[in-house]
Amino acid sequence: MKHTHWSPYLAGALLGALSWITFATMHKALGVSTTPVRIVAGVERAVAPDAAADNAYVTKYAGTVDEPKPIIEWQFALVAMLAPGALIGAKFFGNEQRDPEYVPDLWAKRFGPSRSVRYAGAFLGGAILLYGARMAGGCTSGHGLSGGMQLSISGWIFMAAFFAAGAPAAILLYGTSNTQSQPEPQKGAH
Amino acid sequence: MDTLTLASVWVDSPSKLILGALTGLAFGFILQRGSVTRFNTIVDQLRLKDFTVLKVMLTAIIVGGIGIYTMRAVGMDVPLHIKGTKVLGIVLGGGIFGIGMAILGYCPGTVVAAVGDGSRHAWFGILGMFVGAIAYTQTYPMLKAPILSKADLGKITIASELGVNPLLVFIPLTIGAIIFFVILEKRARSSAT
Repeated sequence: MKHTHWSPYLAGALLGALSWITFATMHKALGVSTTPVRIVAGVERAVAPDAAADNAYVTKYAGTVDEPKPIIEWQFALVAMLAPGALIGAKFFGNEQRDPEYVPDLWAKRFGPSRSVRYAGAFLGGAILLYGARMAGGCTSGHGLSGGMQLSISGWIFMAAFFAAGAPAAILLYGTSNTQSQPEPQKGAH
Repeated sequence: MDTLTLASVWVDSPSKLILGALTGLAFGFILQRGSVTRFNTIVDQLRLKDFTVLKVMLTAIIVGGIGIYTMRAVGMDVPLHIKGTKVLGIVLGGGIFGIGMAILGYCPGTVVAAVGDGSRHAWFGILGMFVGAIAYTQTYPMLKAPILSKADLGKITIASELGVNPLLVFIPLTIGAIIFFVILEKRARSSAT
């Protein structure tokens, strides 16, 4: 059975073309990592308005009670529709349909098959990931794709920094063996 | 508070939400079709075993950038969105981000998309991102003076620093990327046989 994912060059070209559309018609750049802080800032504005008004980072995204900024906005809607978009791709456009993934093979090989250990790892990784993204002022979308294509120095420094730290971290965590990273055999394939 | 005010406090105009939603739908779809919603694809890029992520990103950067700067060159109203260059924050934050990406196996966009591609553990990564967001908003006042205000070079680009037309920068970038891709594909073919 043939593996039907697109060529990475096609996927990349389409992401570039998607950026033409957002830049030209929406005056927006693709980005993701602001949305979690915008939601947190909105909640803080609602539950602790005085503390929120004192924090410049909260007011930057949520405004204040008197001059609020909307929380559910363009990027929020974008982030909310990422999973449905991927679901359509997986269900209707590919035959690479797979079982739900609870513990990735590479992770299981190093840290065992326990779901709770993987969930704790994913949780910790997500927290570190977003903290770093906000300190840097963007993630692989905002700094990497959008920044990179605008030739922003900030975007290119970000990509070098995350790779310089992420590559040794991944090798340390998962080793260098090839065996577990081969494409999974298709069920019923010969 | 009447409902109209409540809506404006929380929710932007429906047209912006619809445009954002359509963008996200296409973005998630392309990420999945490009197989970057997979833990193995991301981790194997970081381990330098599989260059799918780099191929997707570099192609997107070149195609996107040439299009955006060409539209601007012919006089279309296409504003840029250049981020500031706070070097210390970007280098430290980028390093922390890289470590988080190695542990999680996704970045913020791909972890959300991965949920739609059957990744159950990705849900916990999303929960973790909210904790990271809370931690960042609460520690921001402490980071501002020692890290974020240091070495701020402003909104600069490779083209603005070289003093050239941005489209010119894409010539060596594109040639370099093509050579790099050809080498990668040759190496992949020889290791496959």
